[in-house]
Amino acid sequence: MTPEAEIDTLPQHGQAADELPGPRTPKMRARDISVFYGDKQALKDVSIDIHDDRVTAFIGPSGCGKSTFLRCLNRMNDTIPAARVTGRIELDGEDINSSKMDVVQLRARVGMVFQKPNPFPKSIYENVAYGPRIHGLATGRQELDEIVENSLKRAGLWDEVKDRLQDSGTALSGGQQQRLCIARTIAVDPEVILMDEPASALDPIATAKIEELIHELRGRYAIAIVTHNMQQAARVSQRTAFFHLGELIEYGKTKDIFTNPRHQRTQDYITGRYG
Amino acid sequence: MNRPGSSAAAASRWTDGSMDSRVRRRYAAERRFRLIGLAAVSLSALFLAFLLITMAWRGVGGFTQVQAAVPVDFPRSDLILDPAALRGDEARQAIAGADLEGILAQSATVAYGARAKDLFGTAAARDLGSRLIGDPDLLRERAILWLPVASGIGQAAKGDGSAEAEQLASQLEQRDLLRTRFNLGFLTQSDATDPSAVGVWGALKGSFFTILVTILIAFPVGVLSAVYLEEFAPRNRWTDLIEVSINNLAAVPSIIFGLLGLAVFLNFMHLPRSAPLVGGMTLALMTMPVIVIAGRNAIKSVPPSIRDAALAVGASRMQVIFHHVLPLALPGILTGTIIGLARALGETAPLLMIGMRAFIATPPDGIADPATVLPVQIFLWSDEVSRGFVEKTSAAIIVLLIFMLLMNGLAIYLRNRFEQRW
Repeated sequence: MTPEAEIDTLPQHGQAADELPGPRTPKMRARDISVFYGDKQALKDVSIDIHDDRVTAFIGPSGCGKSTFLRCLNRMNDTIPAARVTGRIELDGEDINSSKMDVVQLRARVGMVFQKPNPFPKSIYENVAYGPRIHGLATGRQELDEIVENSLKRAGLWDEVKDRLQDSGTALSGGQQQRLCIARTIAVDPEVILMDEPASALDPIATAKIEELIHELRGRYAIAIVTHNMQQAARVSQRTAFFHLGELIEYGKTKDIFTNPRHQRTQDYITGRYG
Repeated sequence: MNRPGSSAAAASRWTDGSMDSRVRRRYAAERRFRLIGLAAVSLSALFLAFLLITMAWRGVGGFTQVQAAVPVDFPRSDLILDPAALRGDEARQAIAGADLEGILAQSATVAYGARAKDLFGTAAARDLGSRLIGDPDLLRERAILWLPVASGIGQAAKGDGSAEAEQLASQLEQRDLLRTRFNLGFLTQSDATDPSAVGVWGALKGSFFTILVTILIAFPVGVLSAVYLEEFAPRNRWTDLIEVSINNLAAVPSIIFGLLGLAVFLNFMHLPRSAPLVGGMTLALMTMPVIVIAGRNAIKSVPPSIRDAALAVGASRMQVIFHHVLPLALPGILTGTIIGLARALGETAPLLMIGMRAFIATPPDGIADPATVLPVQIFLWSDEVSRGFVEKTSAAIIVLLIFMLLMNGLAIYLRNRFEQRW
């Protein structure tokens, strides 16, 4: 069975999103993004649009710059002293690197889920309530309770934890921790969610739950996901970007990338010749 | 690898004689290493036990006092003291003006002969004074009083005095006129010239005020420096220089800090000499680098994933630090702080330089009063000629060790209490 045929047989969620009519303005627009770590250039002139209602997957071999690019989108690279980013990234047409953009607000609007589940060593409730609390999104205890409950419900974790909200978030299993992190991210009601290999540290069942969750969240948020797992990219995304050695090789509809790649390198990667 | 017989040769290699002896050597090496390790641990345990046992054995006498019974006939004595004067506010002054030591010498001579002239010392006079204030009517009668004997007799009763004193002590003992009691005065009194009258209360209070000043200065300054250097300061030549300086500062001999305190706080700023304020400031200089280093390490060991998590939900840098990093680093910071403070509590040398070695007989009432601290008190007593100070020195060391143990216990408690696991 060729990989293409295999992918054709996989369930293709949400392809209908591609059928939405008319030209649409992208939620985020990145133009000519280059990232330097010291003297080393990690990313070369990458331009990508990220749309509402769609999951955009970034794939590529290790060290190809896909996570670096993702971290540009909510300026997490700011925390690395040696990193330097050039180019322009817009969120709803606004330059996120301009002095008018407050980085704290940007990160609330563009949430992020990390590779390794990283709940705060606090209670489950506090984990989810932290974001709304620091941004003043809830006016009272009751409203905060509602936000926590809704976020946990949307993250598909409510039924499992509703009786032990005061337990430590770190006491949950790996998959539950990751869904808690997703709940924490959506609690501040972001517009875009960035996911950096959210399932790579999880077992297949927990992975399936996360993927299901991504489908459900797609309607509300623009989602960009970095993944090592090509099947996962094929399953969850509508757009796929293939990175190699810091360059964006190919970007298009997921179906096209996996069944009919235009570039030889994409073809080689998705057929497992390297990476 | 496909040669016939090679796998058979490999199999036999694990069972032949040379392999056996190699295995035996390996086991022997491990046994040897364990024995050496055990010996090292035993040796250090032995030293510790030796220290504690000698201190306890010598020091326990410092917590007791020998008392002798003496009949005092107040109405017929030369004492000019009006019971009415002892009921007013000036009671202490009246007692201070009376020659109680003279009365005691006189009474002892009457009861036990001329040899007993020095049976009682300042401690007895002090006790008698406070007893008279408590019960002025005592002055109207002839009473038999139990009073602490002078240091020489006390030593003799404990079997370590001059021949003459020992003779008197054994005579009194035969007549059941001597007894040994817990010496509360050792914990409630201050320094004195007579070893039977000394106490550690003044030094304890001095230590308390000094450490208080040290905590109030060193903890906030140290923690803020650690946070700033770790979280905000840019990495450049200046911060490197500061880091090296702080590490060096932690290794500077403590007497140098004393000289610094003398030059800056006393000679330049003209702060009060011998005061816990200056002592605490000097010790704060010494403790601060320890707190900075411990704090930086604790902050550094907070996993970056927690910072990322907080940043990604839109926490500002300050919120990341105060909501997440500091709470997680707190056990490490507190442990470092308490270890630094315990070192400061046991420090002598820098305090000698700023005049805390003065003889101070009244406990300090504040951080600006002249005071001494426990380790300096120990140093001063160990220097005294009188035999009676030997056991007092050991007893004071026991008090200091108990304080150290309490502080270290607190450090362990805090570490376990606040430690978060993830």
